[in-house]
Amino acid sequence: MDESRRQLLIATTAVGTAGAVALAVPFVASFAPSERAKAAGAPVEADISKLPPGEMMVVEWRGKPVWILHRTPEMLATLEKIRDKLADPDSEKSEQPPYAKNIHRSIKPEYLIVEGICTHLGCSPTAKFQPGEASGLGAEWLGGYLCPCHGTLFDLAGRVFKNMPAPANLPVPPHKYLSETKILIGEDKA
Amino acid sequence: MAQWLNWLKRWAISLWMVPVLAWGAGPAVPIDKAPVTNDPVRLQHGAKLFVNYCLNCHAASMMRYNKLMELGLSEEQIKENLLFTGEKVGDLMTIAMRPTDAKKWFGATPPDLTLIARQKETLSYSGADWLYTYLRTFYRDESRPTGWNNVVFENVGMPHVLWELQGIQAAEITTDNHGSKHVRLTLVQPGLMSPVEYDRAVADLVSFLQWMGEPVAEKRKTIGIWVMLYLAVFFILTYLLKKAYWKDVH
Amino acid sequence: MTQKTGLLQWIDERFPWTSTIEAHLTRYYAPKNLNFWYFFGSLALLVFVIQIVTGIFLAMNYKPDGTLNAAGVPVAFASVEYIMREVPGGWFIRYMHSTGASAFFIVVYLHMFRGLLYGSYRKPRELIWIIGVLIFLCLMAEAFMGYLLPWGQMSYWGAQVIINLVSAIPVVGPDLAVFVRGDYVISDATLNRFFALHVVAIPLVLLMLIAAHIIALHEVGSNNPDGIEIKKKKDASGKPLDGIPFHPYYTVKDMVGVAGFFIIFFAIVFFAPEFGGYFLEANNFIPADPLKTPPHIAPVWYFTPFYSILRAVTYPLFGIDAKFWGVVAMFAAVLIIAFLPWLDRSPVKSIRYKGPIYKVALTLFVIAFLVLGYLGMLEPTPLRTLVAQICSVIYFAFFLLMPWYSKIDPCQPEPERVTWK
Repeated sequence: MDESRRQLLIATTAVGTAGAVALAVPFVASFAPSERAKAAGAPVEADISKLPPGEMMVVEWRGKPVWILHRTPEMLATLEKIRDKLADPDSEKSEQPPYAKNIHRSIKPEYLIVEGICTHLGCSPTAKFQPGEASGLGAEWLGGYLCPCHGTLFDLAGRVFKNMPAPANLPVPPHKYLSETKILIGEDKA
Repeated sequence: MAQWLNWLKRWAISLWMVPVLAWGAGPAVPIDKAPVTNDPVRLQHGAKLFVNYCLNCHAASMMRYNKLMELGLSEEQIKENLLFTGEKVGDLMTIAMRPTDAKKWFGATPPDLTLIARQKETLSYSGADWLYTYLRTFYRDESRPTGWNNVVFENVGMPHVLWELQGIQAAEITTDNHGSKHVRLTLVQPGLMSPVEYDRAVADLVSFLQWMGEPVAEKRKTIGIWVMLYLAVFFILTYLLKKAYWKDVH
Repeated sequence: MTQKTGLLQWIDERFPWTSTIEAHLTRYYAPKNLNFWYFFGSLALLVFVIQIVTGIFLAMNYKPDGTLNAAGVPVAFASVEYIMREVPGGWFIRYMHSTGASAFFIVVYLHMFRGLLYGSYRKPRELIWIIGVLIFLCLMAEAFMGYLLPWGQMSYWGAQVIINLVSAIPVVGPDLAVFVRGDYVISDATLNRFFALHVVAIPLVLLMLIAAHIIALHEVGSNNPDGIEIKKKKDASGKPLDGIPFHPYYTVKDMVGVAGFFIIFFAIVFFAPEFGGYFLEANNFIPADPLKTPPHIAPVWYFTPFYSILRAVTYPLFGIDAKFWGVVAMFAAVLIIAFLPWLDRSPVKSIRYKGPIYKVALTLFVIAFLVLGYLGMLEPTPLRTLVAQICSVIYFAFFLLMPWYSKIDPCQPEPERVTWK
């Protein structure tokens, strides 16, 4: 093969490949969430003015349940006690915004905001706030969550217990306080 | 560049259309050329007019409010100026009126306006031209249930929603020797805007309607220019490659 | 390199890879004198691939649903606009598909015209030609059904008119039309079955027919502008003297055709996707409304020649009304093309050596075809119908009189070897 032919072949192949890649861009891009999906996944507002201490409400964000738990001082007191039983007590390997990387995993200690999706295989855990024998989880149970699918236990800050199927604590979605009683879930920028 | 594109488009169309134009009868009413603009400020004004005057009866159910951000509006501006209570910026421009009710009240469902500019396009005038003429040629006609009639859309079901801005026009209808009708409009009661201001406002509204029909249109043409440049290079390369291979075919 | 050879050998012992590549590319000898008109075969294949790929991506977001959504817009119509506005890159994929539909017919019409120019349908290529006509029929069905899917006014009323043609068949017609639609009017049922046929059934048949078309071609070898058989003159090794390997010579040449085609194709996609209302009609941006017919309905441009022939038949015959005979004429106009191999009695294949009669006949045929296509877009008037009737007669006369005029046409002798440079 002569030199000019070789050079032209390389040039044409290079330019043609670049064109094919560019042509593929819109096709690949079409797999990304559409404007409709983005609109449906927009941040949601939650009004916590009517949430009494000790109770939890659920809001839907991007099709997922987000829990808002109003913790009592007793509930908050449990968080330090069970430290040794947790897999990741300081949330080093878990997903949360920096402002929720603390022992109570929230901006304000009394309000916990987490995605109610088990980090094992995506089931939604159930609330087990009742401490002690009555919970059915033994006398030492201090309150938390139980995932019905494979029995993972979480504490009242969504932290996972040791030796459980789930690898990490429940993720905390980005959120911010719009006022004392209004929370915006899905966005934390000012 | 835009001029060149227009020229190319016109040329391509005329190649197909010359005989049709010669054979087909022209429109009964002359359609004015709409001074369509790409100016974001004027498009924003058009959007505001659209939301205030059209979006009560007509929906634009395939258009999202937050798409207006492409016209330079911020999310806050959309929220404050354009949204009805309870709506979110990601919502579609729908209306509360149910299509069946609308039919009961108006005799016909007011059409969805998302694509109105594309629907009205013909070979002799653009959809924007038609809308521009239509919105400026309403006149008083007591024989109609709404009290309004229109030159380009005879016996239209829609009342003249912009009449406060334009004022009231009266029509003088004459029939010439060939039997064709001629309509002459005169402003009998001035509106909030002068005729020049009104024409400009309608141009803004119509420009917005055209933009809404295909928000990607401008971007599409810009990408197209790059694609053409690329293909020109690719064509030359393939041609040279073919030459290089075929020189030993005797 | 040795590694690759080893793998290749491993495959070849289990699958005819190398021999297939050789038979269809590197040792498939094509005449060296193929000209401009021979681009359109490979281009048709290219457009087919474009339609398949863009179609797959459209089907990911399109919904064949004729019911109304909350805003009163049919779901199918809204889903097309959803693709155009909300799916990233969706407008590009959709415009490629809609432009591709028209491009397919342009390319295929030119490909067929090449056959008429150089007698590509003549022995031994009769079967290639017949398969080609079947591909053309499938393509028409594919385009017709695909056109319903956007569920606009033209989609709806175009399908309404064409399916009503079925009802022209005596006795069983009206029931058959209901059967085809699955309803008394075009409805959600029709839309769903057309979707299934458009995206699965007909593409499968097309794929098989195209494969058969190419296999048959590679069995007998390509014709060429001189219309002589290159296989008659071979060198000692059995390679045709006027043949060159398809790969690399025609692969690099077809690339030039592809690049040129893309320039036109993408110019339309990016600058004039509606193409003045010929590729995407303004009325089709209005959602389908079963209660309101648009003032003027015409089929898409690629059907109009045959639609004109349909409308040109205005006389009842044998006690059956003209509508039926119009349908017969329309289908006959397509099917008669398949009989060309036996209608042409000329001693030569190519127009280069045919006499003046064929040249005049082909010119008249092309003019008649274009005029029919043009008239098919317009509303009929008595004058236009008369012109369409004359053109329809020319159309059929081109075929039916061919056994006679091709025989008496004074031809020139064919050359021994192909004309080259």
